Amino acid sequence: MTVNDKPPAIEVQKLDKRFGPIHAVRDVSFSVHHGEVLGFLGPNGAGKSTTMKMITGFLEPTDGTVLVNGYDVKTDPISVKSAIGYLPEGAPAYGEMTVLRFLEFVAEIRGYSGEEKQQRIDRVIELVHLDSVLEQTVETLSKGFKRRVGVAQALLHDPDVLIMDEPTDGLDPNQKHEVRSLIKEMAENKAIVISTHILEEVDAVCSRAIIIAAGQILFDGTPAELRAQSEKNDYDDAFRTITTRFYASQGEAGQS
Amino acid sequence: MNSNVKAVLKRELYGYFHTPVAYVFIIIFLFLTGIFSFYLGAFYERGQADLEPFFRFHPWLYLFLIPAISMRLWSEERKTGTIELLMTLPISVTDAVLGKFLAAWCFTAIALALTFPMWITVNYLGDPDNTVILAGYLGSLLMAGGFLAIGSCISALSKSQVIAFVISVVICFLFILSGFPLVLDFFQGWAPQALVDVISSLSFLTHFDSINKGVIDLRDVVYYIVLIAFWLYANVVVIDSRKAN
Repeated sequence: MTVNDKPPAIEVQKLDKRFGPIHAVRDVSFSVHHGEVLGFLGPNGAGKSTTMKMITGFLEPTDGTVLVNGYDVKTDPISVKSAIGYLPEGAPAYGEMTVLRFLEFVAEIRGYSGEEKQQRIDRVIELVHLDSVLEQTVETLSKGFKRRVGVAQALLHDPDVLIMDEPTDGLDPNQKHEVRSLIKEMAENKAIVISTHILEEVDAVCSRAIIIAAGQILFDGTPAELRAQSEKNDYDDAFRTITTRFYASQGEAGQS
Repeated sequence: MNSNVKAVLKRELYGYFHTPVAYVFIIIFLFLTGIFSFYLGAFYERGQADLEPFFRFHPWLYLFLIPAISMRLWSEERKTGTIELLMTLPISVTDAVLGKFLAAWCFTAIALALTFPMWITVNYLGDPDNTVILAGYLGSLLMAGGFLAIGSCISALSKSQVIAFVISVVICFLFILSGFPLVLDFFQGWAPQALVDVISSLSFLTHFDSINKGVIDLRDVVYYIVLIAFWLYANVVVIDSRKAN
């Protein structure tokens, strides 16, 4: 893994989030550089989505800071949001709009008009193969197409920083392969964060993996380092080893 | 108006006209305004060439119809999760609130404009003072704006459109009646007279009535504009506070 000398695209420092009595994210710190693809792994409810929501400015952290390209999401949310392309969990989109109209809306908010808007839209339509459903409303699309519309929307402004919450969830094997190739193609000059619970994905696209459980980072390293955590040299086994070791220690802490 | 406000406005208007909401609303609105002015308002029988019986019932129609328009503004976004998409695009909360409100207001203006046959009828039958009618339309539109701003703010509070609708109706009802004993009696016993006066001056009806009579008093116009600004500001605060939990 090569990390260039530029300042990190995403810098997360001591991020903390509480929802009332629930402590969803605890003291999470990491940074992502351009050229890196970070895989965010963890059991359901581990705090992956919450962390992503805080980086993208949808949720406000209880404590800690997030810098994207040097902009603080708290004080300069618009600059942060302009830099990021974000695919939220479940790829929400306005159901009553046609795919084309929806992409036009996102393009307009991203500040494009006229010729440039058209070019941007045409580019992403080609990139994720949406040409066959352009005039269909989003609510009539299959899960796979809906996800692709979400990806298209996130790529529209060719963002420097790409954050995707389960980008391949609900896609068939071919579509999964396509999205992964797309991510790999883009990886060179972007900082990309994806969350997933498919561990093979880490191998396929990520240059780095973070395992998070109960809101804490348990592992941060390259895929090879992750695999080395397992005696069988296997991702699934490594994941289980790390998380069960953590939950066991949690249990002991609870008893003492 | 900046381009973000315009983009949201366009999207929301698109949303109205690409779901049955717009058509159901417009048809019901036109039907009820007609029924109310001709039967309850005795449009023919009173033998006067004006639209007073037409405008007289607008506050009561708006009481139920406007919350039906405004309830979806934010509740639906929260229910379907699109609010996460919208709020992670580079747009300020203020622009999003304004765009949505203006879209709902434009939509109401369209519905109101479609009542033009009433205006043609009264001009055909008699010789009305058209400036008074114009003032009536202006007053009605301003009042609709007030109702919408309340409804938009309330819809940001709940994921459920039904809850947003019911609470909006109740609050709008209090605003309509705040000049009447029903509301004032509640405060009369304990509150200082100054507060009672303020509450009674908040009534939608008093401010609407004078405009409806053709008197465009600057104070009435300012009243509605301040009311709209206040509720939209509250709307921004509500959306902002949701980021924390």
